Amino acid sequence: MAGELSGILDHVDRISELDLEGVEPTSHVIALENVLRPDEPRPSWSRDDVLERAPDPASGAFRVPSPQA
Amino acid sequence: MNQELIELTVAEAAERVRSGELGADEYLAAYREAAAGDSLNALLWRAEEGSQADLEGTRASQDEVDPDRPLAGIPVAVKDIFCTEGIPTTAGSRILEGYRPPYTATAVRRLRDAGARVLGKANMDEFAMGSSNENSGYGPALNPWDSGRVPGGSSGGSAAAVAGRLAPCAIGTDTGGSIRQPAALCGIVGMKPTYGAVSRYGMIAFASSLDQCGPLTRNVTDAALLLQAMEGRDACDSTSVGIEGGIDLPSREDLKGLSFGVPRELAGEAEGIESGVREIFERTVALIEELGGEVSETELPHAPHGISAYYVLAPAEASANLARFDGVRYGLRVESEDLTEMYEETRARGFGPEVKRRIMLGTYALSSGYYEAYYGRAQRVRTKIAEDFAKAFERFDFVVTPTSPTVAFKLGERTDDPLAMYLSDYCTVPMPLAGIPAISIPAGLAQPDGGGSDLPVGFQIAGPAFSDSAMLDAAFALEGAIAFQRNGAGGTA
Repeated sequence: MAGELSGILDHVDRISELDLEGVEPTSHVIALENVLRPDEPRPSWSRDDVLERAPDPASGAFRVPSPQA
Repeated sequence: MNQELIELTVAEAAERVRSGELGADEYLAAYREAAAGDSLNALLWRAEEGSQADLEGTRASQDEVDPDRPLAGIPVAVKDIFCTEGIPTTAGSRILEGYRPPYTATAVRRLRDAGARVLGKANMDEFAMGSSNENSGYGPALNPWDSGRVPGGSSGGSAAAVAGRLAPCAIGTDTGGSIRQPAALCGIVGMKPTYGAVSRYGMIAFASSLDQCGPLTRNVTDAALLLQAMEGRDACDSTSVGIEGGIDLPSREDLKGLSFGVPRELAGEAEGIESGVREIFERTVALIEELGGEVSETELPHAPHGISAYYVLAPAEASANLARFDGVRYGLRVESEDLTEMYEETRARGFGPEVKRRIMLGTYALSSGYYEAYYGRAQRVRTKIAEDFAKAFERFDFVVTPTSPTVAFKLGERTDDPLAMYLSDYCTVPMPLAGIPAISIPAGLAQPDGGGSDLPVGFQIAGPAFSDSAMLDAAFALEGAIAFQRNGAGGTA
């Protein structure tokens, strides 16, 4: 995989030839203004529905192995 | 199997359901039978009558179908990247095997609200990363024109299902060409709407600034019908804006008064375009002129750098988006005594090679020493590509290119060379980078370079942001003049 990644990066490196001085970066393509909605409480998903899909639910939470094992 | 029902377009079937001439259940039954005979591995899950998933997931099919809704009784193949409540949703990945989401994506919900039903979940490249469907964790979907060839990707299952008559229509997602390229390789219509037209809520994220949902259909009118139902602002996706005025059904008979630019970088001078593809492209450009459209050459000087920018930006976004698959809240967990080891083992086993490759590329491009050289520069190239299009649209209404440089390639042909696979998207990557809409329509058949049987060739039309309706209208007129014969040389029908 190392060889493949190098090949891809070599191709990508072609953008280093471009003169991009003073060009603004684009992170989002359409002009959007942030709009805040009223902070009104509304129903969320039930905890049981969500935990039902977890590999190891316990006591109403997601159980994971100890980080210090 | 009721072949007559299978041959109806979405518009025709919906009209018959509306008039009472066709029962919605009879129509669905015909497609369930067709989908049950899937020999293309196009569908990863199928709605079987009376099953639990059917009851939960295709709720609309249990209700009385309101014949006045625009998609009354229409079965849809849904790319497996869209969350569907109670129905398995894998995004083509083993890491989500058996996952049944607690909610439904807005795009799917809107189709249901319009009367449509979920027929099945379509195969795809894992997390939409690929151009051939060979990166699916569940085996590749096959091209209905030649089962030794790929259907394209990443929405390959959606395209194969529609072209192979397993579904009347499908939805997919397009990040760098993932709707348009498979549509081209399978001989159907595929459209990537303007970024923001359709909500991304419930669409498993690959590269959030590029991903957009769109239709794959047998004709342009059907694509308009599906987009009409799906577009719109959604409170659950702050980047969704919808299309002002909505989508009109296309009706244009000629192209008088419209101008089309042919960018030399993506058509005339481009390397790697097969001679058969080039011939069909030129013939289609001549048809535009016959229909009264004005055609001349234009330039998109930065478009050839699209692939480079894309393969920095999309993996960078993916590397962040895919961090959520960690064995904690859903999907696969490989048990371990230690938390870090659990993360590593889960991700090592759950993700396929292409996903790992892109996570590594993305994290590398975002790492502190290389951020400006890769991510920063790629974002500036993106600006230049968008400016190139804006300049072209000052003079032209639309820009046209071949959709894919080649016809459908053989299974295994590009799997050993990721860069060759990436270059499959050469003509489709610049549009999502600029956020603009583009559609691929089948334009004819051509032999691959090196010979072989005739295969479909796609023709791409791109327009300015939010010109979706006008673009569909122009595509409709051109489609009428092309008169593509779907059963000519292939198809399973």
